[in-house]
Amino acid sequence: MSTQSTRAAARLMVSPSVILLFIWMIVPLAMTVYFSFRLYRLLSPDRTGWTGVRNYTWFLNSPDFWVAITNTLLLVGGVLAITVILGTLIALLIDQPIWGQGPLRILVISPFFVMPPVAASIWENLFMHPQNGLLAAVSRGIGSEPILYLESYPMASIIFIVSWEWLPFATLILLTALQSMSSEQLEAAEMDGASALSRFRYMILPHLSRAITVVILIQTIFLLGIFGEIFTTTQGGPGNSSTTLPYMIYKQALIAKDIGRAAAGGIIAVVLANIVAIFLMRGIGKHLDA
Amino acid sequence: MARAVSTQRKIAYTAAAWAVGLLIFFPVLWTILTSFKTEASAVASPPEFLGADWTFENYADVWARSDYPRFFWNSVVISVGSTLLGLAIAIPAAWSMAFVPGKRTKDLLMWMLSTKMMPAVGVLIPMYLLFLWTGLFDTRTGLILALMLMNLPIIVWMLYTYFKEIPGEILEAARMDGASLRNEILYVLTPMAIPGIASTMLLNIILAWNEAFWTITLTTVNAAPLSAFIASFSAPQGLFYAKLSAASTMAIAPILIVGWFSQKQLVRGLTFGAVK
Repeated sequence: MSTQSTRAAARLMVSPSVILLFIWMIVPLAMTVYFSFRLYRLLSPDRTGWTGVRNYTWFLNSPDFWVAITNTLLLVGGVLAITVILGTLIALLIDQPIWGQGPLRILVISPFFVMPPVAASIWENLFMHPQNGLLAAVSRGIGSEPILYLESYPMASIIFIVSWEWLPFATLILLTALQSMSSEQLEAAEMDGASALSRFRYMILPHLSRAITVVILIQTIFLLGIFGEIFTTTQGGPGNSSTTLPYMIYKQALIAKDIGRAAAGGIIAVVLANIVAIFLMRGIGKHLDA
Repeated sequence: MARAVSTQRKIAYTAAAWAVGLLIFFPVLWTILTSFKTEASAVASPPEFLGADWTFENYADVWARSDYPRFFWNSVVISVGSTLLGLAIAIPAAWSMAFVPGKRTKDLLMWMLSTKMMPAVGVLIPMYLLFLWTGLFDTRTGLILALMLMNLPIIVWMLYTYFKEIPGEILEAARMDGASLRNEILYVLTPMAIPGIASTMLLNIILAWNEAFWTITLTTVNAAPLSAFIASFSAPQGLFYAKLSAASTMAIAPILIVGWFSQKQLVRGLTFGAVK
């Protein structure tokens, strides 16, 4: 059905999406590239001019930079590991013959509907607060000192909060994948004496691989840009201990008010995100027959 | 892959699964409970569960202190508006990609998704300036456009995976029977595509409702949605737990209810066709 005219029509139907997305991407990107080579500080607006690559060298040599890179990777990797592993285990559990699977799915998916600023402020105040938080009450209840979660373990706490937000997504996709498996095959394997572990390793896991791929792809896209949770809870601190790349750029732009340096950081972030993207797309391409 | 097991095992599985489910849901439940407590009861130590002082006062206070209906309406207009606009642009694109795939269709889809890899904060200043220059700053039109473009790759992807499941033979059969292109689209394709379009729409409304970066940075008063409403309540000065919980509940309740009712379609949509 692909004659010349349908091909032309098809191209015409795709073009609005492509053109709009291209503009949406290229205009801010071009402006960011321009700013990144300029001296542009909001606090001294009279001093402007070209600065060569000085904004980039400042950003790359900043003591925060490697901390930010490490924290960004920790955040993405940590949340992916937690949500995929726990998600698989919880999906396996819910997939067992149980009563009330419908209502249970509703409970499990709920955190996905909570907007990030609300999720962050609930955890920060109602749970992790060192005096009034519920976790502090639990600590006191068992006779130990309340833990200063966001002060003493800022990155771990943020990874925990973000994992709570994304666990439902991973769990439900993996559960849907599990439910599409044929139970006859598994039963046959069980009767043939295959242990639970080898059934998981050789039958369930391969079946889940596509679903896991989707979980990793979609989550990485959202996790690379995580900002609101850090802004609400630790503000990148104490010190720079929970500063990620997006947060470092934000600090340059809106606290130091140095647009040139923030722009250089933005370009560095885009380059790094694209490196991650290339790796991901290669892996995903094999699993998704797009 | 439900299998027949003994009642005893079923009880054990049910208990374990519900324990995990309640644990995941607990923060939401605790927030809702706290929103109905007095401020003193909310920070009581040890924490009060059912014996707390219950009150509706927090909701009345939050309602009086801020213009909730305006934030709510902005959220509705922005999330529904950006979704409908996105669908109008994405449906033809996904349609032709699924039914008239070219050599580069796959690359095009990957490229679309890769535009989402750009950290929003990296282009904050240019976007802020562009919105100021074009007069879109703090307007609902501006946010509808921004969120539509932000989610467009996801919309195209989801629709594409749904449309690809529609077998091409059905179209050929309809054509053999002499169906015109108009009838083909109207009576053959549309009914098959509606469930996919509906799931895509739901997921997008939720993503747009919960978006909290552009909605906060590109608005001040007029177009600010519920994400901005809650940000104003998280300010450290004068923090009150019960009121914060009431405001949080008011911000998430509408989409929580929509999500609960549509979770089946939603989950299917979320799998991007990777799970049949």
